This record gives sequence, C-alpha cells and structure tokens, in this order.
Amino acid sequence: MSKPLVSIENVSFSYDGQQTPALKNISFDILEGEWLAIVGHNGSGKSTLAKLLNGLQFPQEGSIAVCGITLSEDTIWEIRKNVGMVFQNPDNQFVGTTVRDDVAFGLENHGVPRDVMVERVQTSLDKVKMGTFLNQESHHLSGGQKQRVAIAGVLALQPAIIILDEATSMLDPRGRAEVINTVRELKERENITVISITHDLEEAAKADRIIVMNRGELYREGSPEEIFQMDEELIKLGLDIPFPVKMSKIMRQKGVGLSKSYLTEEELVTELWTSHSKM
Amino acid sequence: MDISLKNVEYRYQADSPFERLAITDVSIDIPSGTYLAVIGHTGSGKSTVLQHLNALLKPTKGSVVIGSREIKAGRKEKNLKGVREKVGIVFQFPEHQLFEETVEKDIMFGPMNFGVSERQARERARAAISLVGLPEEILEKSPFDLSGGQMRRVAIAGVLAMEPEVIVLDEPTAGLDPRGRKEIMDLFYTLHKKRNLSTVLVTHSMEDAARYADEIIVMHQGKVFTKGSPEHIFSNPKALIELGLDVPEVVGLQLKIEEAFGTKFKKISLSEEELAEMVARFLEGGGTK
Repeated sequence: MSKPLVSIENVSFSYDGQQTPALKNISFDILEGEWLAIVGHNGSGKSTLAKLLNGLQFPQEGSIAVCGITLSEDTIWEIRKNVGMVFQNPDNQFVGTTVRDDVAFGLENHGVPRDVMVERVQTSLDKVKMGTFLNQESHHLSGGQKQRVAIAGVLALQPAIIILDEATSMLDPRGRAEVINTVRELKERENITVISITHDLEEAAKADRIIVMNRGELYREGSPEEIFQMDEELIKLGLDIPFPVKMSKIMRQKGVGLSKSYLTEEELVTELWTSHSKM
Repeated sequence: MDISLKNVEYRYQADSPFERLAITDVSIDIPSGTYLAVIGHTGSGKSTVLQHLNALLKPTKGSVVIGSREIKAGRKEKNLKGVREKVGIVFQFPEHQLFEETVEKDIMFGPMNFGVSERQARERARAAISLVGLPEEILEKSPFDLSGGQMRRVAIAGVLAMEPEVIVLDEPTAGLDPRGRKEIMDLFYTLHKKRNLSTVLVTHSMEDAARYADEIIVMHQGKVFTKGSPEHIFSNPKALIELGLDVPEVVGLQLKIEEAFGTKFKKISLSEEELAEMVARFLEGGGTK
C-alpha cells in the first residue's frame, strides 16, 4: 500500500451546454490496495470523477494515469481491463439470463478461452458467496445478491481497481450490509483497490481514506477520523455526521467524560465502560 | 379521508400455477390526518399493502374502504378515478416515470388527466414546483436535463399537483444525499400538518419512522406483525431484531450500553439528547445498578 495506482493531475471537466464545470482542477492519487471513499452531495462531481477514471468521459484539462498508463482514446481498452465498475441500479446491469451467463458476459467480450472462463466464473462467484446460485435467474435474486453478482462479473476480469458508484444506495439495509461486507473481505484477501462513491457515511467510515467533494472541487482529504472531526461543516456540505460521532459530542455536552469523538458504536461503548469502571 | 383495510388477502396471479400469496388477513385503519409508517423486510408485503390504498390492486379476500368508496373482493369495480385522484402515490424512484418534453407539461399531466383545465393545471404546476423548493425557470426545461435530486422533486411535484388528500410514499428518499433526504422528509411533514393530509410512509429507515409517524405498522411474512406508537414499537427492540429488522440507531446504542454495564435503563429513548442524559445520570451514580 504505497505506490500510486491512479494519479489524477489538475483535471477539469464540463458537460456540454453547462456553464458551471462539473470538476474544477482536481488532483489526487489513489494508492495500491487502499479503500478510498469519495463523498459529496448530489451534483458535487463525484460520479463525473468515476466516469473519467473509466474513460466514459475524458478530462478537458489535466491528465489521468491508471496503472502507469495515461488515459486517452487509444488506451481506454487497456485501462478498462484494470478498472471494473459497479453501478447504482441492480436491475440495469444484469445482462445474462442466469447468474453464470451474467458473470461470463465480460469474459466473452474479452475473448477468454472457455476452460479459463468456466473456472473464473466459479471462483469469482465463490468470492462474493454466490457460488451456489450459478443457474439461478436474476429475478429470483434480491437487490443485494444482484449487486454481488455484478461485483463477481467485475472480479472475473481481474481488474486492479473496483469502483462502486453508489452501488448500495438502492438496496435495503440488509442488502447494503451484504455488499459492504463482501467488499471488505475482497479488499483484505485479494488486495484489490476499492474506490467507493457514496453519501452513506457509515460506508465511508469503513474506508482507509475519504475525499470530500463540494461543487466540483476537492474540498478535503483525510482519514475517516480526520474527516469526521469536521463536524458541523459536513452538514453545511449537504452531508451528515455519523451517528457515533454525533452521540459522542452530545454525551460530552451532557457531562459524560469522553476524551474524543468515536467513529463506531463499539469504540464508544468500550470507552464508556473502561473509563467509568475504574472509578 | 379515512382509509381502512378489513381482513385483506391478496394473491398475485390467482388461480394460475404462478399463484403467490402476498398478504393475508391484513386489517389497518388510517383515520384522516394520521401519519402512518409501514416497516418490514423486502418481501414482507409492504408494497402490496400500499397498492391497495388507491385500488391499484383489489383484494382477493376482504375489503378496502377509501373515503366513501368500498372495494370488495370478488366484485367488478368500475370508475376508480375518484379514488385515484384523492390518493396520490409517490413510488420508489419516481423520476423513472418522468416522460414529458418539459417539466411543466409533466407536472400538468396528472391534473389534466383528471379533468382539471389547462389554465388551472398550469397554476398548479407553478405552485407545486415552488412547494418542492425548485425555481420557476425549471418549468421550461426538459426533465431529462436535470440532476437526479431535481428529477425526484419534479416527480413529487407531479403528485402534489393532483392535490391529494392522502399521500402514500414508498421510500421517497432512497438514493438522495443526507441534506436532500432531510429536505424531502421535512417537506412532506409540513404538508401533512398544513393541509391536514393523511400520510403513509413505507420505509426501511427506522429513524424516519420514529421521527415522523404517529403510528407504525410492522409487516412480516404478509401479515401485520404488530402496530402502535413509535414509543410502543421500539420499546421492544428485541422483537424487531429477531425479525431481522433494524432499530433506530439511538435504540441500538442504548442496548449496547445496557449490555456492557449489565443494566437496564428505565425506558427506551428515541432521542439522542435523552439517551445522553440517561447515560450521564447513570454514570454520575457510579455506573452501577
């Protein structure tokens, strides 16, 4: 987790016919093996950023390099091999009639030989714990299961980076937890680099690093601890404060002795318990 | 306008090999002016219940009374326009249903469908767009040039322009950022109060159910599992957790604190301030029972 896998340098982008740019002079690196969350209000530019990383759009100014290759019309196919994307709507990205066909689709497009394909379909589905659903049809699956199949479809292509573009925002709480746990396990076991674009702060709190976007600009960058110290500022940006941080603050105001704000309920409860059982 | 479901059963594709029982023996009263939240898992029957509220589905057993109209199983029901005009449903991701060339035409479509004159429909579009917090200029734009959040608001304006007496909301804030979520929920709550509407909110957000609803119904496996005030429903969080449902974050934290200290506070708190106070008092007392 050291060398930059993606470098974004002074990137600006405007959509046709829009006066205000969607992205203004953005620069940052994404490191190998890290889980980076990009958060921001609707329209802050975070999804535009995702489209640029995958060559769905090209920056008008600045440059993007993925795995050492500078992104251009000539290199997009090379880059797309390295960057897998999972989108928001589970129903819009299921292309096969069965789970097996769906995962095989991308491999066919890349001309992977059949015996390799059979093996990769199975191992990728096993990785997202959908290995036993091989012959199921998509309408038998829940939203969370469909998104896990979409992740398997991306994994089968063995990309270096997975981008989740609000991949959990249409799911119920159970589906959301399924997808997040799958991503966490993948990151730990496969050393895959994950970029999650989200406004779910509980999801962002699990990342290694957070980038906050505001009106097309990179507003702040830091660890979840650092970002959530921003407190009221986050609300001004159209975001929210994670519940454990908010509770830590209210408890301190009511006179409960806590040394800082805690990012998880577990840490908060442990701190309450250890600091007060000493008395 | 009162709505009540009496022993309602609904089977999808009844009398076919694909028949599936979705809800059974569901009885719910929604007196005029109530804010009701319906919670439950995906597949618990929430959406089926919702579609009975304006007769999009007709019960295969039992009956539904909507205002002065009764919809009974086994009877051909004609001319349901009156019902549909009074009960507006905001479906999940309602922006997927936008279709007109301009925002104004899209909002006017509903009222004109129910016989409102063009001039009046235009006035209503103007009023509705400002209600949802968008500038009037947007009326001239194509709905497809707007951002996701704006499209959601336009779709909601389309339902508000019908001037319904009952508003049914199916996960109205899914996919919105936290500020958008709060603005939309506050908008519906203000309308609910100001116009004395009945509001039915189908949601996965226990926070919203606890914050806005007068009454909560918990659906499970096609039946009403339990119902009552938010205080009542969340005073037994273990029952909800056993159904695989979430509880409001503040309740979840209280349970964790109680477990860590091996104690039980005298009540379940639904507000962050109240929980913080209970914890502060408890710790001042030495953190023991």
